Amino acid sequence: MSIVTVQLGQCGNQIGFEVFDALFIDSHCPQRLSSKRENEAYQASCKERFFSEEENGVPIARAVLVDMEPKVINQTLSKAAQSGRWKYGQHSSFCQKQGSGNNWAYGYSVHGPRHEESIRNLIQKEVEKCDSLSGFFIIMSMAGGTGSGLGAFVTQNLQDQYSNSLKMNQIIWPYGTGEVIVQNYNSVLTLSHLYRSSDALLVHENDAVHKICAKLMNIKQISFSDINQVLAHQLGSVFQPTYSAEGSFHYRRNPLGIDWQIRPPLPGLPNLSKMSLNKELHFNTSIANLLILRGKDVHSADLEGFKDPALYTSWLEPVNAFNVWRTQRAFSKYEKSAALVSNSQFLVKPLDMIVGKAWNMFASKAYVHQYTKFGIEEEDFLDSFALLEQVVASYCTL
Amino acid sequence: MTQSVIVQVGQCGNQIGCCFWDLALREHAAVNQAVLIDMEEGVVNEILQGPLRDVFDSKQLITDISGSGNNWAVGHKVFGSRYQEEILEKLRKSAEHCDCLQCFFVIHSMGGGTGSGLGTYLLKVLEDEFPEVYRFVTSVYPSGEDDVITSPYNSILAMKELNEHADCVLPIDNQSLFDIISKIDLVVNSGKLGTTIKPKSLVTSSAGTFKKWQEKPFDAMNNIVANLLLSLTSSARFEGSLNMDLNEISMNLVPFPQLHYLVSSLTPLYTLADVNVPPRRLDQMFSDAFSKDHQLIRADPKHSLYLACALMVRGNVQISDLRRNIERLKPSLQFVSWNQEGWKTSLCSVPPVGHSHSLLALANNTCVKPTFVELRERFLRLYKKKAHLHHYLQIEGMEESCFTEAESSLSALIREYNQLDATKSMPVEDLPRLSVAV
Repeated sequence: MSIVTVQLGQCGNQIGFEVFDALFIDSHCPQRLSSKRENEAYQASCKERFFSEEENGVPIARAVLVDMEPKVINQTLSKAAQSGRWKYGQHSSFCQKQGSGNNWAYGYSVHGPRHEESIRNLIQKEVEKCDSLSGFFIIMSMAGGTGSGLGAFVTQNLQDQYSNSLKMNQIIWPYGTGEVIVQNYNSVLTLSHLYRSSDALLVHENDAVHKICAKLMNIKQISFSDINQVLAHQLGSVFQPTYSAEGSFHYRRNPLGIDWQIRPPLPGLPNLSKMSLNKELHFNTSIANLLILRGKDVHSADLEGFKDPALYTSWLEPVNAFNVWRTQRAFSKYEKSAALVSNSQFLVKPLDMIVGKAWNMFASKAYVHQYTKFGIEEEDFLDSFALLEQVVASYCTL
Repeated sequence: MTQSVIVQVGQCGNQIGCCFWDLALREHAAVNQAVLIDMEEGVVNEILQGPLRDVFDSKQLITDISGSGNNWAVGHKVFGSRYQEEILEKLRKSAEHCDCLQCFFVIHSMGGGTGSGLGTYLLKVLEDEFPEVYRFVTSVYPSGEDDVITSPYNSILAMKELNEHADCVLPIDNQSLFDIISKIDLVVNSGKLGTTIKPKSLVTSSAGTFKKWQEKPFDAMNNIVANLLLSLTSSARFEGSLNMDLNEISMNLVPFPQLHYLVSSLTPLYTLADVNVPPRRLDQMFSDAFSKDHQLIRADPKHSLYLACALMVRGNVQISDLRRNIERLKPSLQFVSWNQEGWKTSLCSVPPVGHSHSLLALANNTCVKPTFVELRERFLRLYKKKAHLHHYLQIEGMEESCFTEAESSLSALIREYNQLDATKSMPVEDLPRLSVAV
């Protein structure tokens, strides 16, 4: 089963490139620990998910690149082509000239409807290349105008058109101290709209990844390239093939695998997933955890700690909330690696902060004229605030 | 890629504009979309005979022999209506050449007649004819010792137009530019050991040499402004890991439509000859951007209130350098309560010619208020005596109400800044949030 990736805006496109690169490099990484047959199965599965048939032996990423100005897409396309390893499809990108001016309203209300058909056609073409579609992986930032606004619009469109396929949004949470002044407005509007149309939101915070680069990797002058590569590694270690739990002989077909929809006793609880590497969960209650182990000793690892009821909300049995996927085929150059995808209270604090700051700004009406200019009214803001306050409250009561 | 059209009006505007084109061509083969307007042949003719004669098409020029006599009313009412059609035609032609026109840059001075009067008349024309295109105005404000007696009248009348029809204004004053070149001169002539300045790196010179600026100070000063304009558009023209287009400047730095006056500062002013730049030197660049010595208008942002701040970095600077410096400088700056983290940042890979990195800081800060207050005061002193008023009132379409309305407009603006300043010392309280049923 295949995943179609939609890369939106500067952030989405820059990250998308790193992700495909990481996936490719991993799948072609020389493996000493696995058998040749195992490795080949892994490669085949990875290829089916993320790359389509090669022309002249060069795999083509199953991706659609969208941006409202040309510089980043041009850079991304040429970086991929230059690597000689893989590339993007020749006609897989859609681009305009003006950009979105960091304005969510412009991305959503102007660019969205204006380019709806073109973008939809591009995605359709990519979908048709898949033997069987597992779902969509949409990479976007929350702080800007294209990724956030147009991203929300496109996700909504995908919901309408492909309601049976999974839509997972990779969202980049901006640095706390501004990259964009109106980032809190853009984030609030993005999240509230995605809640209504996305199935799962995979979140990466720039601050957190930055810390990883600084503290764990000791990089002195951290660039966005460094940050994106760390991110790509994390995503790669989640999305690369694994065996299904019952130890079958084939790599699981559905890469987005488990049922991401949790049915809680309370109605209307939306989904928020957070990815982290070996994070401690003592202080954050979880609804679901997915652990992915790769490499040496995967079958002998002691996982009892993850089944501790203290980690989970009282209305869930750990056995229902905890899943583990494994493969002996190591990821990239790591002998052993683990990745944890978690739906927990971890994101409450950052979400609460963004909502708080946006609310403070909204109370003074600062910048609101920039949004009303393009059809996003004060009521739309209020609706968004209300929805997110509910999310925060729901997670807090876990 | 988006394009901008430069509209240079009046003597000041055209002289700055020329420096701009000179620099721009050095940065890359620029698309020379410009419309040069002056009501006196002298200046434009000089340009056409100089080294830039091939850059400008004679079809892009509009000149008149008589000049505006330092009278805003002549520039605005007389020449405005007389030349509107012709100017519009040239503008339309320029716009047609653009693949995607994003912004008009109007360069002018406030104190004279043509730049001030006709320049601001054009703003309304641009707004009506090209409503979707941004209007960024670089305005040179008169200094206290201005030699044009009627400059307060001209400036205040122009201010009203800027308030109403500009998207963003970058005020500049000659005194600040003069101070900057004095500072550079001090360094160059101090003969400190090891301080050889890298050629081509001076912000005051396009030729790469430090000319005897005492003879031609305006050349050096205009180059600074030209550098400002180039840096402003750098992220739109070149690649980088965090792009910033002109529409993002307006979006992030203008929280309320009337408050669109931005204080700019440029660093470095020159590069020393040593090649390796240790991080400490990089950090110095950020500190300098917040020092009064590097601002293009006399103002004290550190002791006033920031509404928003943009840092446009060029060259070999990464996100961690940016973050480190924001964290470092933040505590000494006061931001308005609803925008405590009001930073907009961009990283462009290509530095200016002769530098390894540079920084342009744009601040929306209440420190512009004193400039406006002073302007109003100088205006009132003249107006109370009705001095020179007849020159204006004799022009058709001019009445005393033009003056009183302009003064009200400026006063209203000053009041807005006052209100914001009043919040400066108040503690930042979190407002009660929406309470929802779970």
